[in-house]
Amino acid sequence: MDAAIEIDDISKSYAHPVLRGVDLTHEAGVLALLGANGAGKTTLVSILTTLVRPDGGRARIGGVDVLRDPAGARRLFAVTGQETTLDELLTGRENLVMIGRLLGLGRDAGRRADALLEQMDLASAGRRRVATYSGGMRRRLDLAASLLSRPAVLFLDEPTTGLDPVSRRRVWDDVRALAAAGTTVLLTTQTLDEAEALADRIAILRDGRIVADGTAAELTAAVGGQRLVLQDATGAEVRSADTDGTAASLTRALAQLGPADQDLTVALRSPTLDDAFLALAHGTPEVAA
Amino acid sequence: MTALDAPRVRGTGPLRSGTVLIGRSLRHSLRDGEGLVMAVALPVMMLLLFTYVFGGAILDDGYIDFVVPGVILTCAGFGASSVAVAVNRDLHLGAMRRFRTLPIRSWTVLVGHVAASVLRNLLATAIVIAVALALGFRPTAGPGRWALVVILVALWILAITALFAGIGMIAGSPEAASGYGFVLLFLPYLSSAFVPTETMPSWLRPVAEHQPMGPLVDALRALLIGGADVQLLPPILWSLGITAAAGVLVTQVLRRSQDR
Repeated sequence: MDAAIEIDDISKSYAHPVLRGVDLTHEAGVLALLGANGAGKTTLVSILTTLVRPDGGRARIGGVDVLRDPAGARRLFAVTGQETTLDELLTGRENLVMIGRLLGLGRDAGRRADALLEQMDLASAGRRRVATYSGGMRRRLDLAASLLSRPAVLFLDEPTTGLDPVSRRRVWDDVRALAAAGTTVLLTTQTLDEAEALADRIAILRDGRIVADGTAAELTAAVGGQRLVLQDATGAEVRSADTDGTAASLTRALAQLGPADQDLTVALRSPTLDDAFLALAHGTPEVAA
Repeated sequence: MTALDAPRVRGTGPLRSGTVLIGRSLRHSLRDGEGLVMAVALPVMMLLLFTYVFGGAILDDGYIDFVVPGVILTCAGFGASSVAVAVNRDLHLGAMRRFRTLPIRSWTVLVGHVAASVLRNLLATAIVIAVALALGFRPTAGPGRWALVVILVALWILAITALFAGIGMIAGSPEAASGYGFVLLFLPYLSSAFVPTETMPSWLRPVAEHQPMGPLVDALRALLIGGADVQLLPPILWSLGITAAAGVLVTQVLRRSQDR
């Protein structure tokens, strides 16, 4: 069977290079594409969803080349971006029914729209014009629009940016339910907790390249070993020394920390995904997990 | 989970997606109450203004018979200009982004706007003609000539709507789109629509007689209130030419916007 997403040496420049040869293959499950602002996440999603043509490289969704057969690829994926793509003058339900008919769902469009409005807790709001919706409601309706068909691959470009914590949780629950039902999801995010909460696999995009790729544990391990930390009563770090955890290394690290006041304590810290993200997405050398 | 019992994407042909999108645009027209009122009220007010206020100064008698074709065409301009805003709104407020990821052809979205506008404007035109008849407009045209009038007006509406769709695509914002459209609305005044061209300075007369609306107004007037010589070809060629040019513009801009 073809992989859900295959990205082969994709490059794209505007005034500056945005993507410099991205390679990534994803079979199934939830992949989080993590990167700082301007890392190229949205450009990559736009290329995969046939909205933007790359300067070079190839990409396939479910085995269908998005450049050679964009219409074929569009039957296999759905996308919900950072900006909502709804018709403000129509009601929520009218939006879904229209998109359903354009997908070719025919008579099923209305039934399907009602089921999704119910699922997204928009059943009563569905009769109102989208212009009256809050940000969270728009995002949920937009997500519903992406779920009208049964997309093999769902792209979510920063699906929770700008949402309040409750709406954010709801979107997370929806993504988990979809993944459990077998939909392959590629989501982009700037936040670690989102990647950690939802993804089986995390790829970090920096300066237009994938600089790390693996599970949260693998990425954490990749940024290096543990540190011996001298900390004050509040847990704030005073000094630290690297260690690989062996007795000899710990003794050496303790010596490196030097003389300490009475109220300071020593702790052994493992790198967190935060450390990995800071190291991988914002600076320091490339690490392959 | 609902994703599992969701129906498969079957896709649609341009005909069916076009129908869905025309329905969408017609719904917009009905929702946009102000736009609808403007599309009908403005031409009616113009008709009253020209008939009762300016008419006496321009022609001694029968000015309403003279001015109706011009009012009909100005009305089409007003009505069609809203397409520029609708198209621009789709491009800049995200709806087009969704349409472009669906298995449909992007241009069917524009077809929806244009077709809905043609229907809306033909309706507005019918209302204007009804008001004109009530005010004393007495056309001499028989059914055949009326059919030609409808064809000429529909072609002109199509042309100017397509042009406004193109303007909507290149304008930077919905506000700008409505601003560009304004220029086109002055075109009827620089023709034989409201005053006989013989009253214009000699250097202006050729412009007024040969700009696209000149031949159109003359043809409509000849068909409606009688005239020995009806020139159908020039207005038809103008309308088709403008439609074709706007079509090329729209296709180019659509293609380029994907290559961003």
